Amino acid sequence: MKERANRETDRENRETAAGEARIECATHAAGVSHHASEKHHHHTHATGSHHPGGHHLLTVEHLGVSFTMYDPAAPFFSGKRMVSRAIRDLSISVHVGEVLAVVGASGSGKTLLADAILGLSEPNARVTGSIWFDGVPQDAASLARLRGNGIALVPQSVSHLDPLMRVGDQIVGFKARSRAEKHARRARMRGLMEAYGLDRSVERLYPHELSGGMARRVLLLSALIDDPRLIMADEPTPGLDLDLAVQALGDLRSFANRGGGVLLITHDLELALRIADRVAVFRDGTVVEETAVENFARPELLEHPFSRALWHAMPEHGFDVPAKSAEQLAETVGSML
Amino acid sequence: MSLVAENISYAYPGGDDLYRGLSLEVGPQERVALVAPSGRGKTTLCRILAGHLEPRRGSVAADGVPVAPPDRRARRHARGPRPVQLLAQHPEQAFDPLMRLSKSLAEAGPVETDEASALYELFGVRTAWLTRLPHELSGGELMRLAMVRALLARPRYLVADESTAMLDAVTQAEIWRALMGIADKRAMGLVVVSHSPALLTRVATREVRLP
Repeated sequence: MKERANRETDRENRETAAGEARIECATHAAGVSHHASEKHHHHTHATGSHHPGGHHLLTVEHLGVSFTMYDPAAPFFSGKRMVSRAIRDLSISVHVGEVLAVVGASGSGKTLLADAILGLSEPNARVTGSIWFDGVPQDAASLARLRGNGIALVPQSVSHLDPLMRVGDQIVGFKARSRAEKHARRARMRGLMEAYGLDRSVERLYPHELSGGMARRVLLLSALIDDPRLIMADEPTPGLDLDLAVQALGDLRSFANRGGGVLLITHDLELALRIADRVAVFRDGTVVEETAVENFARPELLEHPFSRALWHAMPEHGFDVPAKSAEQLAETVGSML
Repeated sequence: MSLVAENISYAYPGGDDLYRGLSLEVGPQERVALVAPSGRGKTTLCRILAGHLEPRRGSVAADGVPVAPPDRRARRHARGPRPVQLLAQHPEQAFDPLMRLSKSLAEAGPVETDEASALYELFGVRTAWLTRLPHELSGGELMRLAMVRALLARPRYLVADESTAMLDAVTQAEIWRALMGIADKRAMGLVVVSHSPALLTRVATREVRLP
């Protein structure tokens, strides 16, 4: 089942890749840089966006994720097979040296995007569309190979760590093939721990002994140890208070500043605007607008009505709800006892 | 007539004393924000105010009545929902995992009334969710149901602990407007915890800093 789904993905990847790879090269002639807020490939640029080698670090075009399942509304054993579409026609790009925040409500399917990029989709998922990493078109098998070798995931919470294993051993991981390699990785981990302000003694701790902020850094280091080019961070802030959340995001920012790319998946627009270069507004399974953070300074600069509604609804900008639903709200509250 | 916490302190086994005799008063027209760095016991205080935890010292009373029945005998004879309802930070933990949501809601009050359908509409609850089990809904959907259930119980005071942290900005604004509208109408006091200072300045009428 899984293999079939993967093969379908491969085929569709190749089909689209053949047609579009050329366009990709054509628009990104080497040495040509875009000015800030120029629009192409469905997105506007930030001042810091650039395309070394004439391509994006990660490009996702027309991604669709759907699930084959049995009709959940039908009574037992009488459900027909159906296809439920979770993501449709989604396109995003991450440039070198920048943080792209994908912002949407929780439960809206943002994590499925991360799964698709990591090649970790569920067995009953059907993934369509095309993904390029560093200018090379990818299929399901090559995405799985890139996992941990170029693309790294920073998961949501400490529950992703082994509770019975010391933190240091988990960061070093099981990738080393020889003793020398293992020593090299341990040395690299110590360097990273120093760079990110973790004490040497943290190495010996177990996950339950970590504070929220320390746990975030340990998760980040487990990704950084493989020297990735792209980090995907899935909801890195819930449960942290404002200072710790800003610190956790600051760590991602500094990774991007050193030439990596960050895909930040979050529901918190307020925090995303603090550190991201560009924001992709995710709604109902697709990205409705991908735009530079500067455009969130004024609602007129935003294109899609939903992005504007988000702007107006932010607590610092009026806390407004769309006019029609405001009336409805008032009426319904008024009708209650 | 207010929610009064008097001289309370609490300690987890083996931990230090939290609060050391904190007193707090929330009036029925007020929306009070609790502010403190993480790990200082905001969530614990919320649970004490709602009567889910018993303070080690001190007492909590809503409009002169203790929020939790004082002894075992009183607990056995207590009927109906508590006067202070809590919107827990993790709504998954607020519902019986083996109970359909319609049944969970019915524990708080009648669900076939106009009031219930108005609440469904206000909080964007779809009736299809009611026949499901909690694990079949997302965190955001469960949070809306938790709000409906809390309000069906017609509490005198409502404690909201990071309750809109997982929603997008538009939904967050809609839900807070609805909550504040109902709070005004019913003269229901609110206690609010949030990591976002901007949200608190919008929502709260007063701030209380925990020591």
